Formats: sequence, C-alpha cells, structure tokens
Amino acid sequence: MRKRRQKITDPLLEALISALDEERVTDGASARLLYSKDGSVMEGGRAGIVCFPETTEEVAKCVEISKKFDCEFVTRGAGTGLAGGSVPCNDPIVIVTTRMNKILEVDLEKRVAWVQPGVVNLDLSLSLRGTGFHFAPDPSSQQACTIGGNVANNSGGPHCLAYGVTNSHVAAIEVVLPDASVVEFGSSEGEMCGYDLRGVFVGGEGTLGIATRIAVRLTEDPPAVATLLLDFSKITEAAETVSAIIANGILPAALELMDKNVVAAVEPFAKAGYPLDAEAVLIAEVDGLPDGVSKEIEKITQLAKVNGARQVRIATDQEERERIWKGRKSAFGAIAKIKPDYYLHDTVIPRRRLAEVIEKVYDIAEKYELLVMNVFHAGDGNLHPLLVFDARIPGTLEKVRKAGEEIVATSLEAGGVLSGEHGIGLEKQRFMTQQFSKRDLEAQDALRRAFDPDNRSNPHKVLPTGASCGEIDSLKEIPEGVWI
Amino acid sequence: MKSMEEFAQEVGVDSLVTVRGAGTRWGIGGSLLAGVKEVSAPIGVVNVQPEEMIVEVGAGTKLDVLQQELSEFNQEVALAGLPGSTVGGSLAVGSSSYRRARIGTAADVLLQAVCVGADGKQFVAGGPTVKNVTGYDICKLLVSSLGTLALIGVVTLRTRPKPERETWLTGGASLKEVTNCCYRPASVLTDGSKTFVLLEGYAEDIEKESKSLKSVGMLPMDTAPYIPPAVKGNSKEVPKGGLLDLQTGIQYSTQPSQQKQVPESIKELSKRIKSNFDPTGRLNPGRDPYLL
Repeated sequence: MRKRRQKITDPLLEALISALDEERVTDGASARLLYSKDGSVMEGGRAGIVCFPETTEEVAKCVEISKKFDCEFVTRGAGTGLAGGSVPCNDPIVIVTTRMNKILEVDLEKRVAWVQPGVVNLDLSLSLRGTGFHFAPDPSSQQACTIGGNVANNSGGPHCLAYGVTNSHVAAIEVVLPDASVVEFGSSEGEMCGYDLRGVFVGGEGTLGIATRIAVRLTEDPPAVATLLLDFSKITEAAETVSAIIANGILPAALELMDKNVVAAVEPFAKAGYPLDAEAVLIAEVDGLPDGVSKEIEKITQLAKVNGARQVRIATDQEERERIWKGRKSAFGAIAKIKPDYYLHDTVIPRRRLAEVIEKVYDIAEKYELLVMNVFHAGDGNLHPLLVFDARIPGTLEKVRKAGEEIVATSLEAGGVLSGEHGIGLEKQRFMTQQFSKRDLEAQDALRRAFDPDNRSNPHKVLPTGASCGEIDSLKEIPEGVWI
Repeated sequence: MKSMEEFAQEVGVDSLVTVRGAGTRWGIGGSLLAGVKEVSAPIGVVNVQPEEMIVEVGAGTKLDVLQQELSEFNQEVALAGLPGSTVGGSLAVGSSSYRRARIGTAADVLLQAVCVGADGKQFVAGGPTVKNVTGYDICKLLVSSLGTLALIGVVTLRTRPKPERETWLTGGASLKEVTNCCYRPASVLTDGSKTFVLLEGYAEDIEKESKSLKSVGMLPMDTAPYIPPAVKGNSKEVPKGGLLDLQTGIQYSTQPSQQKQVPESIKELSKRIKSNFDPTGRLNPGRDPYLL
C-alpha cells in the first residue's frame, strides 16, 4: 500500500491503524473507489476506511473500534456477489477478509477442514486433490469467490443439486459478533443443542457478524462420474426433460440448462462442442458407484429421447468433461461481452413449471424489446434470466426495470421465491414485500435485531428498511443513484 | 384438517401455551410450567409433490403416516422419531436420522413453515422451493427450538428418493477399513465392541460393496440393530448401552444428555432471540433447547 505522507488527523483512522498497522488500513481514494462495488450492477456505493485484518483478534479489534466510534461496518471477501451484498452505503468501515486466506487444518478422518474466510473456494478443493475429498459447493465464481462469501450468501453452484448448498457443508463457524465478542456456532463433531445459530448465520449476508474461521465438511470424491450433453430443438423440451428426470426419482449431481443465445456466446472460446444449432443444451452429471451411474445414464437418456432430445453425448474422458463444465461456468463472463450492461435475476420456481415460466420470460423480453439469455440450474428450478442491454440508449433502463419486475412477478405467481443463491443484498430488497408479508418480515427482523441490536453490521441490506419494519411499506423504489 | 386460522385462534394472544404432538419426547428439554394451555397443530398430508420432491403437511401429522404416504412415490423425508412421533415434534426436537451422513439432517428438511407467533399472528418462514436464500432462514431457527420461538402449523418438507436397497452389516472393522471398502455409507455405528454399517443405493452396487466389506470381517445382519434416539452434544465416547456414529460423532442413547456448558455470549444471544420472538415468554414456558 502507498506510504502515507500526511499526518493522521482522523481518530477513527488512527485507532484502526493502531489495531492493525499502517500497511493494512487505508482511506485512499482509489481503495475506497475499488471497494465501493462488487459483482452486482449496484452503483453509488461509498466505502469509508478499508481494513485488511489477518486474524480473528484483528477482526474483533476492528469491530470493537467501529462500536466505540458508533460506525457501521461492511465485510467483504472477493467481491463477486451479484446482489450488492458487500456494496458499502454511507462510508462504513470496510473489513476485507482476503488476507485471511489460510487453510488452518484438514482432518480427513473427521472429514472437516478449518479455513479462514478469505480462502478461495477452488483453492480448497485443489489443495485436497489426491486425498479423495473435495469441498462440494461450487459456485461458478469459484476461482475467485471466498469461502467466507459462500457462508454469507449460502452459495450454491451446479453440483449443489444433489449435495446441497453451503449450509449443508458448514459444521461450525467462529464469528465476531457486532458487539465484538467472539463466539463459535455449531460443532465440527457431534451436534450442539440449543438454537441452530450456525444454520441461521449461514446466508446472513454479513449482517449478523463476521465469520473468522469456518469448519467445512469435506465430501468424498465419487468413484464414478458421467457427464451428459443433451441437445434439444425446443427449450421447453429440455425443461420437460428436467421435470421428468426429477419425477422419476433421479437426483443427478448437476442438471444445467443453457439456451441458444448462451451457447452462441460461450462455444467460440470454450470449444466444449455445444451444438450451435440447438435451441437448448442440457448438461446432466451423475455420480456415485458404477452400476448406479450406468443405470442413471440409461434412464436419463431414455427420458430425454422421449421428451425430444436430438442427441445425447456422454463425455468420454476427464478433459472432455472439464471442457463441458468450463463452458457452463464461464457463461456469465462470455455473455457480459455481448452488450455493455446486464441485469440478472435469480428466482426459483417449481421444477414442473420450468417450461411454462421460461416461455413467459422470453415473452416478457420480447414485449420490452430486450435480449434475454438463459443459463441456469434447471435441476432445482433456479432461473438466471439475464437481460443484456446498452444503458446509453434512452429509455432502455426503464424497460429493463419493468421487464425485471415482470420476471419476478411471474416467478412468484408460479409458486417460486425471489433468490436461489445470489441473496437479496441491496439489489433485490425492493422485491421482498412481494414474497413476504409484513409479519413475515418482522420475524426476520427479530432475528437480525438479536444479533445486531444497533444495526451496524452491513446495514441497509436484505430487509427492505433495515432495522425498522414499520417503514417497510414506504420503500417502493430503489434509492436514487443505486442502480445499474 | 384444522385450518391455520383455527390453530392461531387456539394459540390465542396472551395465555401461556404449549403445542403437543404425540409426546414421545415430552420429558426432554426442561420442565414445562404447570397450568399451560395445550394446543395441537393441524393434522394431515396436504399435498405430496413427488415431481418437486417436496411435501406439504400439517405439523401434527404422525411421521410414520407421512413416510407411508411418501413411500407410495418411492420417496421419504430425512426426519426421525420414536414410534408414533409427529412431524412437528421431530422438527421441534431437531431429530435427524441415523442415516444423516448420507441423507442429511432435520435442518436440511424444513423448507417452509407456516407458524403462529407469540402475538397470535401467522407468519411464513422460508419458502416452498428446494433452493431458497430469500431473506433470513427462520426455518433453521425453528428446528431444534422446542417451540419456544413460534408454533409450527403447516410445513413444506424436502423429500428424497428412497434407496433401491438397504443392507446392514456387522463385524469388527474400523471406520477406515469400512470407508476403504465402500462409498458414502449411510451409517457407521459402534457399541464399543462391534461395528454396524448401513449401505444403501442401487442393488448391484450394494452387493459389490457388501462383498468387499466381507473381506474385513463384516457380515450381513438379518435385522437392523436397535438404535436409540440421537443425543445432542459433542462427546467422542460410546454412550453406555448406546451407539456412537463414527462418521459424525453423534451419540445414540436412551440416557439423557449430560448438562453442557453454554458460553455466556451464546446464552445472551439466545436470550435476545427468545425475547424478540416471544417478549412475554408465553410459548412453551419452561422449555429450554439448551437442555435437549
């Protein structure tokens, strides 16, 4: 970090520097700008002093100082979040966990690894290569996102269909609470009695405190894996196939769907062999013991053919499998190159209604003359309709906004929910009252207030008005300046 | 089936109140205060959706009735309980199956709960889909809470396909020997002298793994071993007369769990949660989830 030339006059800055050191605390304009954004479209964030603690004790000191100075704080990992969960509002202290990147302990017998929150998701699984174990949650951003961020968002990923999202893979968490006390939730062995504070902390979007050490469960590598690439001349046929697979009692390791627009964007560089003339491509992965895998391949192939699949290709080796997955996991980046701006939703719908809702999503996009691209976790009904556009064209933002609202409304009408894995953050707050009643939100607020009575830990997020449910109905619009 | 409105009316707004299922675990989690009004949750399977792998059910429904209905679709829920126990009771206690290493825990099962709060008003926790991170996951808080935060009326649960084959084996193999022979065993238990292994999956795979386990002295059992209820705690000891799950460290015992030391900061946080959800302390007074 750049050496400071001026004398420190800000007592808050001085306190934070004395808690860490001058190298790891900054109020420089470039750092504040950098940490004012995350992977979402939210603009207008304002970071205050940015800190880079390396230990639990240092995090606790930062939180203690924030308490003493009555400041808000926001925790941030790699900043890959897609809902603005780590976008700071009103100059809070930004506590960045990327230097807390040590794998502290791996116990293969207990199948648990203790990690610091800044460990990159993929780094953990790479470090476990050859041991027969891996960390199951695999968000598409796994090359960059941190496990602390996964905990905050209860992240998913393609392989969470069979193995469950992050919450199922966290045994215990050491947390610095907003009052600066250090506690441990859950247990790396056995099961604790009392309220499931571990379970409820995961997915708290950084509003309930800061995870400083995480005991993650390690999953045994399956003895056999098969990746199938199925292509269809209608996206509805692909969606029907997904429903049929689940209805027939098969829970594949992953079941991902990409539409024609996505395939066209991804194939040129991924060279995964996705058929460019298909309207939809479905990736199905099954794993387990060899006979079961063979049975499931056979059944999925049969169901796909019945539902109109043109071709079913089974990857013959690891390299081919990796190419297929590389295309899927890089889809978002490839799409972003098509137009300068994007707006992404993350709703979940009942799987049996996939075909019908996808059709409606296309109709909505057409109505507003927008390009929509669909790449999503079809197996659990988690849609990712991505509207791509050029915000410089007058009137476009308004269309995007209206189309987004209709997509959300369509998903909720189909019996769905607002977010499957990205969380609410800042971006989806205004939709919360469409899914939850005032009383439902009061229950959520009761939880939040218990953890953070002063509302200092990542405030202004998740619930429509932060601390007070009395004002929920008054917030109808995203605040000025905090939009694309 | 009793409606949620009727259930909310029974719960009322001011008197001390408890919800009773089958009462199979009534003796655990502290002593209920005397003279508390007793209510019961709606009973009945509302909607089985095998193609979604979810089921909507009244919390007062017997767990074995639900499992029976789901088995018609070759599905099940990963909840456990003593014979006759209810869905709501199993959730309130947080009773996971001894097959948890393979099928997950009670906390993973509850997707949505329609509840009555301490104010007598209904609220919804979670959502009806298999994946959901919309807002705070109050469902996680309700499981294992002994009804001290809200009273669960109707729930949506995650179901899963039943395995094609289940086989119990017993012998003297260590956990390492067992896991060297088989992939993701559903349960590996010990009584201190013998090991009990449950394999589940497709028939051909299980036959092969059973053969492999034979090489380390594990032989098939005709009937499943008796497994007492799970006891919360993190002791590594085999409980007297009970079993220890070698994969998860969970104890199964008929003996009540030992008193555990709960750190002061956890106690304080839990008190704030209780007080925010139930300011007058009218829900299940005397019950304490930390005494489970």
